[in-house]
Amino acid sequence: MLTAPVLSLGNSLPAATAVALTTTSLARLGGLDIAVIVVYFAMVMWIGYYLKSRANTSEEFFMAGREMTAWIAGLSFVSANLGSLELMGWAGSAYQYGILAAHWYWIGAIPAMLFLGIVMMPFYYVSKTHSVPGYLKLRFGQGSSTVAAVSFAFMTILMSGVNMFSMALVMKVVLGWNITFSIVVSSLAVAAYVALGGLRSAIFNEVLQFVLIWGGALLVPILGMIDAGGWTGLKNRILTNFQGQDYLHLWRGLGHFHDNPMGVHWTGIIFGLGFAISFGYWTTDFLVVQRVLAANSLRSARMAPVIGSFFKMAVPFIVILPGILGLVVLHNPDGSLMHLVGENIVSAHPGAGLHSYNEVLPLMLVRYCGPGLLGLGITALIAGFMSGMAGNVSAFAAVWTYDIYQPMLRRNARDEHYVAVGRWATVLGVVISIGAAYLVMNAQGIMDYVQALFSFFIAPLLGAILMGMFWKRATREGGFWGLLIGTVTSVSLWAWVHFDPSALRYVALSPDAKDMAENMYRALWSLSITVIITFVVSLFTRPRNVDELNGLVYGATALPAEDPVAFYKSELFWAAIAVVVFVALNVMFW
Amino acid sequence: MEGSREIPIWFFIGVLLSIYGVMIFGYGLWELITGHLAHVVLARLHAPVWWGAIMLVLGLFYTLRFRPGR
Repeated sequence: MLTAPVLSLGNSLPAATAVALTTTSLARLGGLDIAVIVVYFAMVMWIGYYLKSRANTSEEFFMAGREMTAWIAGLSFVSANLGSLELMGWAGSAYQYGILAAHWYWIGAIPAMLFLGIVMMPFYYVSKTHSVPGYLKLRFGQGSSTVAAVSFAFMTILMSGVNMFSMALVMKVVLGWNITFSIVVSSLAVAAYVALGGLRSAIFNEVLQFVLIWGGALLVPILGMIDAGGWTGLKNRILTNFQGQDYLHLWRGLGHFHDNPMGVHWTGIIFGLGFAISFGYWTTDFLVVQRVLAANSLRSARMAPVIGSFFKMAVPFIVILPGILGLVVLHNPDGSLMHLVGENIVSAHPGAGLHSYNEVLPLMLVRYCGPGLLGLGITALIAGFMSGMAGNVSAFAAVWTYDIYQPMLRRNARDEHYVAVGRWATVLGVVISIGAAYLVMNAQGIMDYVQALFSFFIAPLLGAILMGMFWKRATREGGFWGLLIGTVTSVSLWAWVHFDPSALRYVALSPDAKDMAENMYRALWSLSITVIITFVVSLFTRPRNVDELNGLVYGATALPAEDPVAFYKSELFWAAIAVVVFVALNVMFW
Repeated sequence: MEGSREIPIWFFIGVLLSIYGVMIFGYGLWELITGHLAHVVLARLHAPVWWGAIMLVLGLFYTLRFRPGR
C-alpha cells in the first residue's frame, strides 16, 4: 500500500504486486462456482447486445442519451470507483492500519460528493458539456482543455492497463488462473459491451455489478462478526492479541505523525485528503463525473451524488470490517493466529506459506464461503474489475472523441462519424490497456510511478475548475498557466522527495511523515499554487464579458427553475441527512 | 428511462439474482438434506440456504416488478 490515497479514489493498483509472489492458489472453484461466473458473463453480454440499438447518436453513445434516473446515475457513480483491487487493497490496509483506512471512504469522499451534487453539478449540467475538459474549454479555452484531455486520456488508459494486469495477478494467486486468460476474457467482455451499447451499457452493467459486489461480499463481514463474537468480541480479541495498538479509532491517534501507523496528521487528513485529493477526484475526474452528466434532469444530476454518498459511507462494511476481522479470525492450520505481512517479506521468503496484507479479503472469502458462495465472491471481484475498466474506457472514448479528435483532427464531421470514432476508441482503449498491462508485467516498478503520475493531475485540475466556476474574473490565461504550473509543481515536489528523501520534512511538514502524508500535502501544495497562479495571472489579463459566462460561473448563471417537490424528495434534504450520518460515523468511531 | 419501452436495469438485476438464488439455495438445500457440509468455518449456519433464499426472493421481486411490458 504505497500510495493509497489515490487508490480509494478510483483507479487502484495495490493488491496485485503484493500477492503476485505467492506460489500456491488460495482456492479451487467447483462446477457450481464456474457456473455462477459463466452466468455473470452471459448477463453482461446480454445487456450490451440488448442496448446496442440505443447507442446510435453521439448523445446516446457518449452520454447515454442523458436519460438516467438519479438512482441509476448515483449507483453507477459509486460503482465506477469500486474496483476489485480497491476492495482487496483497502481490506489489506484495514488489516494493517485498522479503521484509519475508513478515512478514504468517509472524509475522503462524502464532503466532496455532496459538494459536487449540491454546488458544482448545476454548472456542469447547465453548460451541457460532454466532459470535464469540455467544461474547461468553455470556460478557459482550448489550451486548458487540451492539457486536461491529453493527460486524462493518457493516464486513464494506462491505469486501466495497470489495473488489468493487477487483476490478472490476483486471479492467478487466488485461483491459479493463467494471466493471459484472465486479461483476454475480461477485457474482451468489457470492450464488447461498451462498444455495443456505449455509456448506457457501461452504466447498466455498473449498477448490476454494484449489486453483485454487495451480494458477493456482504456475507463475509456478517459471518466474520458471528465468528468473532460480535463487536464486543472483536474489540476484546484485538485488545488481547494486539496490546497497545489502536485499530478501532479514526481520529484519536492523528495528533502527531508518529502516533499512528499510517504516519499521517489530522491536518493532512482534513485538508490534503478531505479537500485537495478528494474534491479533486470526485468533482473533476471525468471517470465519475461522466456518470452524473448522463442524468435525465438537473434534479437527478444533483441527487445522484447524494444517493451515491450513502452507499459510499456503507462500503467500509464490506471492505474495512473484513480487514479488521481478519486480525482476529484468521488462523494457521496449526491453530495459531495468522499474521499477514508486507509484500517485501512475502517476496523475500518464497515458499514459506506467507500471505500479504492484501490477501486478507480472499482469505476471508475462502474461510466462510463454500461452493456457489465462493463463486459469487469471485464474481464480485471480477465484476468490480470490469466496472472499473468499463468506466475507464467509456470515459476515454468520450474525451478522445470530443476533446482531442473533434477539435484537433476532424472538426465538422457527421454525428455518425463521431459515434464510429467512439466505438473504435473503446476497442482501441482496451487494446492499449492490454499493451500497458504487458508492459507493466515486464517492468513492475512502473506501477509505483503510474500511481504517482495519476495523482499529479487531480489537485491542479480542481484548482483550475474551482477558480473558473466560482470567480468571474478568472481569465483564459490565468486558467491555463495555473493548471500548467500547478501540475509542474506537483511533479517537482514528487521528484524532490524521490531523489532527496530528507525533503519530506518540507513537503509533508514532518520528517516522520510517510508516503500517504506526502501525497496529501503534495496535493495541497499543487492546489494552492494553481489557485495563486490563476489569481495573479487573471489580475493582469483581460477577463471575459460576464454575458459569456452564463451557465459556466457562479453569479453569472441563471439556473433553470425546477418544479417544487415535497421536502423528502429534495436533494438538499437528503444531503443534510448524509451530513448527519457522516458526522455520526466519525463521532461513533472517534 | 423506466417510462420508455426499454427494459429497466432492475429487471436484469432481478433475473441475475433469481438465477443465483436458485443455484445457491438449491445447493444449500442439498447440503442440508444430505449433511455433506462444505469444509468452511460456520458451515453449521447453512449460509447458502438463507443467503440463496434472500437472493431468490429479491430477484423474483425485481423480475416481476420490472418485467418488460408491465
